[in-house]
Amino acid sequence: MNQQFELPGAYKKWTMALLIAGVLALLWGLIMYHPTAHAGHGENVNSTRFWAVLLQNSTYWLLTVNASMFFICVTTMAHGGWQVAFRRVPEAISSLVPILGAITLIILMCIVFGGRTDIYHWLDKEAVAHDKILKGKEGFLNPGFFLIASTVSIGLWWLLGQKMRKFSLESDAMGTMDYETGKKWVWKNTVWASLFTVVFGLTVASTTPWLWLMSLDAHWYSTMYSWYTFASTFVSGLSLIGIFVIYLRNQNQLEYVTDEHLHDIGKFIFAFSIFWTYLWFSQYMLIWYSNQTEETRYFIDRIGTAEKSGPYHGLFFLNLILNFLCPLIILMKKSTKRNWTLMLFMCILVIFGQWINFYQMVMPGVLHENAQLMPFELGIAALFIGIIMWGVGRYITRNSLLAKNNPYLKESMIHHT
Amino acid sequence: MAGGRKKFVVGSFSDEKVLFPAVKNVRKAGYKIHDVYTPFPIHGLDHALGIRETSIHTAGFIYGTLGTATALGFISWIFTKSWPLNIGGKPHFALPAWIPITFELTVLFSAIGMTLTFCYLCTLAPFVKKHHFSLRATDDKFVMAIECTPNTSEAELQGFLNSAGAEDINIQEAETGWWIGRYDTEQKLYRDEVGF
Repeated sequence: MNQQFELPGAYKKWTMALLIAGVLALLWGLIMYHPTAHAGHGENVNSTRFWAVLLQNSTYWLLTVNASMFFICVTTMAHGGWQVAFRRVPEAISSLVPILGAITLIILMCIVFGGRTDIYHWLDKEAVAHDKILKGKEGFLNPGFFLIASTVSIGLWWLLGQKMRKFSLESDAMGTMDYETGKKWVWKNTVWASLFTVVFGLTVASTTPWLWLMSLDAHWYSTMYSWYTFASTFVSGLSLIGIFVIYLRNQNQLEYVTDEHLHDIGKFIFAFSIFWTYLWFSQYMLIWYSNQTEETRYFIDRIGTAEKSGPYHGLFFLNLILNFLCPLIILMKKSTKRNWTLMLFMCILVIFGQWINFYQMVMPGVLHENAQLMPFELGIAALFIGIIMWGVGRYITRNSLLAKNNPYLKESMIHHT
Repeated sequence: MAGGRKKFVVGSFSDEKVLFPAVKNVRKAGYKIHDVYTPFPIHGLDHALGIRETSIHTAGFIYGTLGTATALGFISWIFTKSWPLNIGGKPHFALPAWIPITFELTVLFSAIGMTLTFCYLCTLAPFVKKHHFSLRATDDKFVMAIECTPNTSEAELQGFLNSAGAEDINIQEAETGWWIGRYDTEQKLYRDEVGF
């Protein structure tokens, strides 16, 4: 049906440009920001900044690409058919989990075993010994557990995701499936998708954000935090799928993707933006309402107090505008969700917005008023975008863009909302 | 909202596969389809009938905005002007605390408003009656009612419907709008049938 897709020159050029810009930023950081400098809190601000930026970007982009495997798994479990016309796109994005996972793991290990107490305060043994709260969390927040939990989580996302991609690619050679074969194939997919979803629930929707991100503010905790992180990365994951679907459709690929599919992606982004806001607000309001010192600390670091506004005041509200008001107002109408140009704009906006969200999750706890949003930060983001573009390009040129033997393909072709 | 009495040629279809081409052919031949009554929603029938996109979502948006405005306006008036209370030392204008209520009123207003608007547009209300072209539209038939104009030849139209695959073709004179009362003002009741 579909010939092998050749990457256009512009795509390769952009990938290359982003990668080069990213590598330059990384080199700049390595040389100028002394990543190995002593890690006392607030001592070597640039050194802290280097690791904080790497932590923010690696976790954000890893969880974002992993969200597209979650998308595949939940639609598989729901026996959904509409997404099959573009199913290879989330597959291609999720094929980056091993690469970004390895990068994230390396960065996390450098931070933890490099004794970066400026990033993770709980690494400071002396401080923990005199700190009742940190002592209570020691069983969870310690290098050994951190290493094992992170490795196991990333490893499981990789293995189970690999399995799901393998089933899909295998089906290309299977020919049109008869009823029995199709039933077996769908069942196999459903079982592995369920396993992935359980693992996903136990990692991304609970422990992973606690370990990687919430422990930046080691004394503070929020029961909303993991869902909040999950919602954030799921919206950006959906937007990433949206961007590649729109791009490939503009390249005359994915011939069965119509306005109807775009409309449904738009609905997903709209719905999960609202869901993100719901969690953001629930976390904020409960802390604002109960007004307890150990809890309000988190928001004082960000928006400041009534007397003195904090350094992240503007960013905090920009976050709400980008991730709540814009999707709410712009994506509400049916016609905008069917407009390819506007949807592309919204996808980019949401990815940027959620990146800002991660920025304000990571930076205030470690850098306080010293954080910057300079070419270095954007350069590291460019590095990760470049890696994603390279990985997706690699997957879609090696494999057919249409899962042509998927039993649900017809349902997707005639999809009508 | 009475529509006046009009004459209709009514035909029933038992299969969607027959109904869709028939709808297309009837419209192509220049007849005016009053409506098609079906026991369940049929995907794409609204497009086939050429009915314009509903604007109930616009109404929903307006009701929702009204709900937001009501909630924020009313609560802020109460807590800052009418009866300011000191609640845990919070400012009187305590926006975060009001968001849940605002959200709920937004949903409530748009839900109730849209339901009422929908009922009004479909002329559905308690005690309100509408003409049934065929009761089997509530069971297993798709019933098409074609409005007759002074130029319509009824015999020709009946033949046309027959060739399009319709069954039980008949001519009915019916009230197009709704009325309050009993069906015996409109049609013969079952209990009045001979032999009941």
